[in-house]
Amino acid sequence: MSDPDPAIDLAGHDIQFFEKRPKVYPRDATLKGKFRRLKWVVMAALLAIYYFTPFLRWDRGPHVPDQAVLIDIPHSRGYFFMFEIWPQEVYVLTGLLVLAAIALFAVTSVLGRVWCGYACPQTVWTDLFVKVEYWIQGDRNARMKRDAAPLTFEKVWKKLATHVVWLVIGLMTGGAWVFYFHDAPTLLHDLLHFQAPTGAVGWMAGLTLSTYFMAGYARENICTYACPYARFQSAMFDKDTLVISYDRTRGEPRGKHKQGDGWEGRGHCIDCKQCVVVCPVGIDIRNGLQLPCIACGLCVDACNDVMDKVGLPRGLVRYDTDRNQRARDDARACGKTYQENIRIIRPRTIYYAVILLVVGGLVLYALLSRQPFEMHVLHDRNPLYVKLSDGSIRNNYAIKLLNKTHHDKDFSVQLVDAPQAQMKFVGVDGNIIHVPADAVSQFRVSVDFPASPLLQARRTLVLMATDLETGKTTNVESLFVTEDKR
Amino acid sequence: MSEQHHQSDKDPVSGVNTTGHEWDGLKELNNPAPRWWLIVFLITVVWAIGYWVVYPAWPTLSGHTQGLWAWTQFKQLDEQRQEIAARQNTIAPRFDDASLEDIVKDPELQAFARAGGAVAFRNYCAACHGSGGAGGPGYPNLNDDSWIWGGKLDQIYATIAHGIRAHDDPETRQSEMMAFGKDGLLSAQDIGTVADYVLSLSGKNETPLPDAAKTKGAEIFAANCAACHGEAGQGNIDLGAPALNDALWLYADTREAIVAQINKPKHGVMPAWGKRLDERTLKQLTIYVHTLGGGQE
Repeated sequence: MSDPDPAIDLAGHDIQFFEKRPKVYPRDATLKGKFRRLKWVVMAALLAIYYFTPFLRWDRGPHVPDQAVLIDIPHSRGYFFMFEIWPQEVYVLTGLLVLAAIALFAVTSVLGRVWCGYACPQTVWTDLFVKVEYWIQGDRNARMKRDAAPLTFEKVWKKLATHVVWLVIGLMTGGAWVFYFHDAPTLLHDLLHFQAPTGAVGWMAGLTLSTYFMAGYARENICTYACPYARFQSAMFDKDTLVISYDRTRGEPRGKHKQGDGWEGRGHCIDCKQCVVVCPVGIDIRNGLQLPCIACGLCVDACNDVMDKVGLPRGLVRYDTDRNQRARDDARACGKTYQENIRIIRPRTIYYAVILLVVGGLVLYALLSRQPFEMHVLHDRNPLYVKLSDGSIRNNYAIKLLNKTHHDKDFSVQLVDAPQAQMKFVGVDGNIIHVPADAVSQFRVSVDFPASPLLQARRTLVLMATDLETGKTTNVESLFVTEDKR
Repeated sequence: MSEQHHQSDKDPVSGVNTTGHEWDGLKELNNPAPRWWLIVFLITVVWAIGYWVVYPAWPTLSGHTQGLWAWTQFKQLDEQRQEIAARQNTIAPRFDDASLEDIVKDPELQAFARAGGAVAFRNYCAACHGSGGAGGPGYPNLNDDSWIWGGKLDQIYATIAHGIRAHDDPETRQSEMMAFGKDGLLSAQDIGTVADYVLSLSGKNETPLPDAAKTKGAEIFAANCAACHGEAGQGNIDLGAPALNDALWLYADTREAIVAQINKPKHGVMPAWGKRLDERTLKQLTIYVHTLGGGQE
């Protein structure tokens, strides 16, 4: 880096014991730019999804929450439109996270860091916060000047207003978050009447402050220093990945350009630094692809605007692939033309697509093939077996029946392929088990095998539960032990 | 900080500025920590001072500072216990008036009794009977269907409350088998004969018993043992005489163990828990033991 190190104040007499990072003052990018416009649209869509989703309703019948997306922690249930999951099915969430990760990899390998530049919450909220700064304090130059100037009434109220608006946005962010974990309209009512649960208020306070600090202060430092995804994205890059690039062979040698001067013997970059001042991470893209670059495309907008003004073709700074840049530079070197070629289908994208399809298929299968009931059988380990007075052997089991439907169910439970054995429920007459709606019932069961020399030391025992309403069955394998094997 | 000249104090090798401090020709490089780090550090210092104020922190000659909140682990434990007691008290008082049969019929009470009984069992009973109630030589297995003193609810309750041969409870279960060998009531040969006969009741002999030995053994059994253990060796729960014709043995199913028991019997002791535990706990223990698998109706 050629930047002067701000920590070392050679002119002063004291040595600083901390390193002050230079503040980035992004200029409000021109509204004409298509990438800036795209960023606004994406931001509006994402914020709308985030803020309004908890208020969507989805009718699931009586005694069940009607919130479309709800994570009900006290009752350990997750609801997502037509899907409902129990803690036992949390692997579906794992699958969704894997799916999201692979989708991110696939997009990154084709389009580069578009997630970072457009969709990442850190980027979206930072963008919003910078816009607030712009509305209240003016553009880059005004802000820099005011920050350097002494304290005045105007400076105080403008700064104060900015921070108040930031905190309000933070509060809304934290507020929306807790709505995903409670019935949103009820919680909103409780919040407005100061009756909300302490937990919700605590989460809101935490997320308000974290939003305020992340988007108000930390900003690009999160992407540059803290974000792990930014660090390993290079593993998904190859020659055909879109990155923001500066057309060096066309732009150099750069220099100021007066209207009316010719373009002979010089590059097209007029060194106006517009690409630098709009950059939200404070880099100069003309130094080449750099680690902090989040590929937001604002420098592309800024440069295209300038190129239009000076009457040169657009694209001095642009999204391009490494392969294209090299082909173009080679072609120019020998005075030929070249063909732009964006390759989307390549081994990397193919195997990301295959993984995506496989994992997506598995998650969909898990959700669609979800059984309305489940049986779990746990063999008692203390004691492993009990000898009865007639010499027969008893094993005890804890059985759990899960009824995932929203109405009561009756199940029968019996042994499979063990005609000589006798099964008895403790505290229940017969073998019909009643399980209330949306609940788990636990029972103790004893199984007796008559004394016989043919009885193995260990054998598998299969229990079958039958849903008496639908006739569907499920088999669970367990163990029958008749002697200590030491 | 000494006033030294800082100008051009750049380390030629690393290109990093120095602090100007020099020891034997070594200069200290100035690689400052980030400002946010310093701020966080200062915040933790302030936070720590808050701890001193509200929590016990500093030792004094006679103890320690109490802090504004006067927090102690004992207090916290007390609060948690009160919380638990308050939660249990939504159900526990109903045990005072409910009979054992009532408790079994009420699913809520039964579940509560099983959970509470399981905890009490591990605290008071597991030392002898094992944490799963499987017992061991001399300590009956509570999971099976054989009961020396009876396996009905009230019988189990009486055994727990009054114990077996408990010296401090007049209502305790009391039984004593005579020492047939030690006191010279039977000869060593007769003891061997009757031991073989007892084994034959459950078919445990290594070789089939000859008819003559069987007849002789039956005679000795009828004269000495049948009064308590029953004519067929089926036992008698009123006298605490174990059944001898089944597959379960309190000590062991070997001839030596049976001979030893006839010769000079061992008599196990169980404490009278009614003197140590409250009524609710006794009822819960009874339900728990009854539902281990061998409870009788």
